[in-house]
Amino acid sequence: MIKIKIISFFFFILFLSNISFAKEPSKLISEIVNEASVILSSSDPVEAKIIRLNNIAETSVDINGIGMYTLGKYRKNLSEDQKIKYKKLFKSYFLKSFSSRLVDYSDPKISIVSEKKINEKYTIVSTVLEETSKNPEIKIDWRIYTKNPERPLIRDLIVEGLSLARTQKEEFKSILQNNEGDINYLFKSLEEFIIK
Amino acid sequence: MKKILRIIIIAIISQVYTLNSQAGSDGSLEIDSKTKEQSAEVKDCFETINRGIFAFNQGLDKIFFKPVAKGYRFLPKPIRSGTSNALNNLSNVVTIPNNVLQGQFKEAGINTLRFSINTTLGIGGIFDVASYYGLNKLDKEDYGQTLGTWGVKEGCYFVLPVLGPTTVRDTLGSLANFSGGDMWYNITIANDTKYFENSDYYYSRLTAGVDFRAKNLEAFDSLENNSMDLYASVRSLYLQDRKRKILNSDETTETMNDDDWEEIDTQ
Repeated sequence: MIKIKIISFFFFILFLSNISFAKEPSKLISEIVNEASVILSSSDPVEAKIIRLNNIAETSVDINGIGMYTLGKYRKNLSEDQKIKYKKLFKSYFLKSFSSRLVDYSDPKISIVSEKKINEKYTIVSTVLEETSKNPEIKIDWRIYTKNPERPLIRDLIVEGLSLARTQKEEFKSILQNNEGDINYLFKSLEEFIIK
Repeated sequence: MKKILRIIIIAIISQVYTLNSQAGSDGSLEIDSKTKEQSAEVKDCFETINRGIFAFNQGLDKIFFKPVAKGYRFLPKPIRSGTSNALNNLSNVVTIPNNVLQGQFKEAGINTLRFSINTTLGIGGIFDVASYYGLNKLDKEDYGQTLGTWGVKEGCYFVLPVLGPTTVRDTLGSLANFSGGDMWYNITIANDTKYFENSDYYYSRLTAGVDFRAKNLEAFDSLENNSMDLYASVRSLYLQDRKRKILNSDETTETMNDDDWEEIDTQ
C-alpha cells in the first residue's frame, strides 16, 4: 500500500512538472518593462546596463524571426553558410541597436493599455510611454508571437503606428537593391555598424 | 507666374494619373482592398537626386534646425506648450475643410467648436480650453490625405529641399493650400487684410518646424545612430506615417500587412 502511495505521489509530481502554463502577452511586456526600468534606473555603469538589457532581449525577443523578416525576399536565396553568418551578424546588430536605443532613457514609465489577439500566432499589446519634460506621450504597440503560448516572444515594436521591423526591412532592402542584391554588402554594412 | 504654376499642376496631375493607370494594369493591384493597397510599393523615381537633397537637408538640420530646436527646449514649458497649442489651433483651418471633404462631418463639427473656443477663450489658441470642456484634440488632416482617401495613389516619392520627404500626391495636396485651401495663407499672403503681414505666415511655418524638431530631438538622434541607411529609414517612416494617417486608424492590425510575418516560423 505504501509502495502504491509512493508511486502515485511520484507520478503526481511528474504530472505537475509537465503542466505548463500559457503566459499572457501583456504579462510578458509588464515583466520586461519592470526589469528594464530597474536596470535603467540603477547606478550601474553603462556597459553593465547594456549587458543586462541584452539578456532581456535574448530571452524575450524573437531575434532570429525578426532577422529573417528583415531580409524579406532575399532570405530565399541564401545558402546555409550565408544564413548562419547572417543570423550571427544580425543578432549582434540587433542587440547593439536595441541597447543603444534604450540606454538613453533613465527611467521610462510605460503603462499597459490593452491586449488584442489578432489570431493564434499574434497578439498586440498596446502601451503608452508617459510624457516627460523632454518628450510627449508616445504610443507603443508590441507585436507578440504566441504560436507557443508558453513562451511568447516579441517580434515588433510599433511606435506611434510606425513599425520598427518594417523600417529595418526597408533599410536592408535598400542596401541590397543598391548593390545588385549582393548579400556580402549587407554583411559588410552590418559588420561596420557592429564595430562602430 | 500663374502660367508656370498651372503647368506644374497639370504635369503633376498627369503623373498621378499615369502612375495610377500603370498600377491598374497590374492584376495584383487592381483588387481594391486595404491589404493589397498596403503591399503596393511607392517608387523612389529619382533616388540619386533625392539622396543628394536629403544630404543637403541633413546639413541644414545640423547647422540650423537642430541647434535652434535645442535652444527652443530651454524655454519654459508653459511657453513651449502655448506655442504648440497655438500652432495646433491654427492647423484647424486646413483640417476642417479636409474633414468635410473626407465626409468626417462629426470631426469637422468638433474641430470647428475647438477652433472657435480656443481662438477666443483660449486667447489665440495658446490655451487648450476646448479640451477642458471635453472636446479632445483630433488628428490633423490635409489635402494630401484627402486625395489618398479619394483613392489617388502616392505617385513617386521624392525629397524637397528644406521641406523634406513627400510624394507627388502630397505635393499636389500642398499646392491646394496655396490655391485658396488654407485660410491662414489667404489672410496673410494671398489677400491684403491689413491685419496680418506676409511674415506672420512664414514665422508660423518656421516655428511649427522648430517645435516639431524640438519634440523629436532624441528620436531623430536615435534613428541616426541606429541606421545603416538613414535615407531609406526616413523614406520608410514617412510612407508608413502617411498610410496610417490616410486610413485614420490607430489600430495596428489595420495598418500593417501580415503577409511576410506569416511565412516565418521560429517556434
